[in-house]
Formats: sequence, structure tokens, C-alpha cells
Amino acid sequence: MGIGAGDGYAYLDAASSEPLHPAARDVLLAAVDQGYADPRRLHGPGRNARLLIDNAREVVAESLAVARDEVVFTSSGTEAVQLGLLGLVRTETAPAVVSAVEHQAVTDAAGWHGRVVRTVPVDRLGRVDPETVAEAAATGAPEATGVVAVQHANHEVGTVQPVEQVAERLGGVPLFVDACASMGRLPLPDGWSALAGSAHKWGGPTGVGVLVVRRRAWWARPYPTDDPVARTEHGFTDVPGALAAAAALRAVVAERDEVGRRQRELIDLVRARVAAIPDVDVVGDPDDRLPHLVTFSFLYVDGEALVTELDRLGFGLASGSACASDTREPSRVLTAMGALTHGNARLSLTRDTTRAQVEALLDALPAVVARIRAQVGIA
Amino acid sequence: MSVAALELDCRARPCPQPIIELGRHLRDVGVGQVLAVVADDPAARHDVPAWCRMRGQEYVGEDAAADGVPRYLVRRLE
Repeated sequence: MGIGAGDGYAYLDAASSEPLHPAARDVLLAAVDQGYADPRRLHGPGRNARLLIDNAREVVAESLAVARDEVVFTSSGTEAVQLGLLGLVRTETAPAVVSAVEHQAVTDAAGWHGRVVRTVPVDRLGRVDPETVAEAAATGAPEATGVVAVQHANHEVGTVQPVEQVAERLGGVPLFVDACASMGRLPLPDGWSALAGSAHKWGGPTGVGVLVVRRRAWWARPYPTDDPVARTEHGFTDVPGALAAAAALRAVVAERDEVGRRQRELIDLVRARVAAIPDVDVVGDPDDRLPHLVTFSFLYVDGEALVTELDRLGFGLASGSACASDTREPSRVLTAMGALTHGNARLSLTRDTTRAQVEALLDALPAVVARIRAQVGIA
Repeated sequence: MSVAALELDCRARPCPQPIIELGRHLRDVGVGQVLAVVADDPAARHDVPAWCRMRGQEYVGEDAAADGVPRYLVRRLE
């Protein structure tokens, strides 16, 4: 545990980064000694590295129910998003269509070099309407849509998107799916051409992303490359990292029914107890959602003060409020949903968060909110 | 746009202060009257309508003060 996170501290921000899974830790330590060489070389250490990377790819493919040669390891989730989305677009000028609640990395990739981006609104639960996405994708001006991006599940509010219903309506336009928030936690939907994940969000190490490109999809590497033929190599892969990410993913998929059920119950409990605090907006779909996270906003409360006070009491939560962000802009996800943006906190469970930790937070929260409100003269 | 019975100057005040002012001063206008919040904080554009939804008041819309700063209009319903 790091600074400010000693015994008794409840880290409730797994959606930002899940602690390393025990299965990944053992593999990482072993692979660091074995996987140093260049897997493209023909000597023994190179063959060792090749074996390890092939094994990592095999395990990831099996865990995600995709083919082995569809898996590419990248250096982050962001890089997987950029490679995946941009690689699907055939021309530099073809417009992109994105949902209003995509991660910033997706929106930034879509609009790179001034590409026209059409943004599809979401409903109060944060969900796109497949027909509206299809209409935006079918708009031919200034030229045919190059790519559509709809996430699998939202990273801030947990709402699951109707990816397959969107895919059915797109005709020939390729669909990119950001699955960084959901990979390992939910089975993947079908119908996409490329899909991205991020290992540290499921308990793998940081600095490992996963890009899956369908065999049948048209995809071309959007960046300079020394090997235009090999789809599955991107730079020098972090072999130990990839192997540890694969081990964590396999473990998370194996335990997800049990862990997911427990997390769903705890989040249901959080939603019910937080909703009983006056003047609160509990955000996102209560049922069709990620198992491990929930977002809520308290009227008249400063989000930075809220998460700072909770940290002081031993609870680590994220905030999407403007005052708690680097940009001072409110969360695009919350604004797109019409949700209250200030006084916001996102709670997300790690695989070993206990009911006692969650109940301790729920016991502390009403007084924290009341105290901050009292400081600004609102009872 | 509707004529405001009271205008709150929240220029240069960060979130959530414009909303706190709104909550404090709603009862300074009569039922059916309009309260205006002048605020340059970007969160106010989203949080004034959200406040209206949560507190059961009517969000009338947005115009601008003479200096161009956004002005958000709320009608007191109860």
C-alpha cells in the first residue's frame, strides 16, 4: 500500500486502477527474469520471449473468446484506443461518429488532425439510442462516415451500451468499441471491428493495453511501422507485462461470476443508502451496468472537498466534478446525461473490497455531506 | 426572455457557489417569479437545470447579461 493508504484504508477507486491481481504478481516476477530478449531473434533467449508472448496472446484470446491472431499488445489502453480507432478509418477526412459519453481518449483520437466528429447524445441513464447512432453514421456529408465509436460500458457511471444493436444498424461502417472499463468484468459484445482494453483496470500491470482487431475487418496501422505485415506486433512488446496482464485476465474471468455477484449486491446497497441522503443525484442505469461502480452527486457540495474529506477518513474515491479535475471543466459524461456535476464522487470496488468497508463508508457519508453543507450555510 | 425579479451576481465564483447562491435565494422571489443567476463558471450551464430537476423548480433558459456573461433563469414553482 502506498502513501495515505495504510492498514484500514479502503481504496474504492478500482475503475481508475485495480490493484495488481495476486495471479499477475507471481507471473510478473517470474517473467521479468525470462522475458527480456527480443522475440523476433532466433537465439534461445529470443525464442523464450517468443514463447511467453505467444502464451500471453493465447490466454488473452481464450479469456475474451476471440482468435489468437486478433490480439495486439500495446503500451496502454489509450494507445490501444488510438491504434484501433484510427486504423479502421480509410481516409484522413472521413468523419467519425462517437457517443457523447466516450472516454476522452476516444474523443481525442476521433478528432485528431481536425477530423469531423459527430456526437450522438445519450438519455438520462447515459445510453445511446442505436437508431440515432445509425442515422448519424448514415449522414453522407461531407463524405461517408469512416468509423463509429461506442463504448461497451461507461467508465464513470457504469451504464452498458447496446453495442450489438448499434452494430446491426451500421451497414458497412466499421464499429470501434472502447472496452477499457468492462474487459474481464463482462463478456464482450459482438459486431465490432476493433476493440480496446487496459490491463491495469482488471488487475494487470500498468503500461499494457490490449487491442483486438477482427480478422475480417479492414484495418491498417495508422502510425509509422517497421513491419507493415505483422498486425500483431506494435513496437517492442512488454513481454513480462503482457504475460502478467494475461494471467490476471484469466483469473478475473474465472472468478467474475462470484466476484461480480458480490459487487452487484454491494453497489445495490450503496445506491439505496446514498439515495436516502437528501438532495442527491444517483447516476447511471441501476441494473444494466458494470458490476463494480456507481456515481452520485450531492447538491451544494464541493467535489474536491468531498473526496478530500473522505480520504482523510480512510476512503479513496474519485470525483468527476470540475473543481476536482485538472481542466476545471465538469465531466462530459455527467453533462451529457443532464446529471448534477458538482459534489460528485465515483465509488468503484476492487475484487477484495469487503461489505464492512462499504458499510463503514455509508455510515460516514451522511455526516460528511452535512458538514460540508453546513460550512456553506445550507442545512 | 422573462423578466427576473432578482438577479444573483456569481461572476468569477467557482462551482458549486452559483448553485449554493441559487439555493439560498430562491425564497427571495415569489412563487411564479423568475430568479436569474449570472455565472461564468462552466459547470453552471449544466448544474442550474439539474438543480431545477432535483428541487422541483422550472428551468426557463439561458440568455446573457450586458457584459456577455451567461445568465440562467429559474422560475420558482412552490
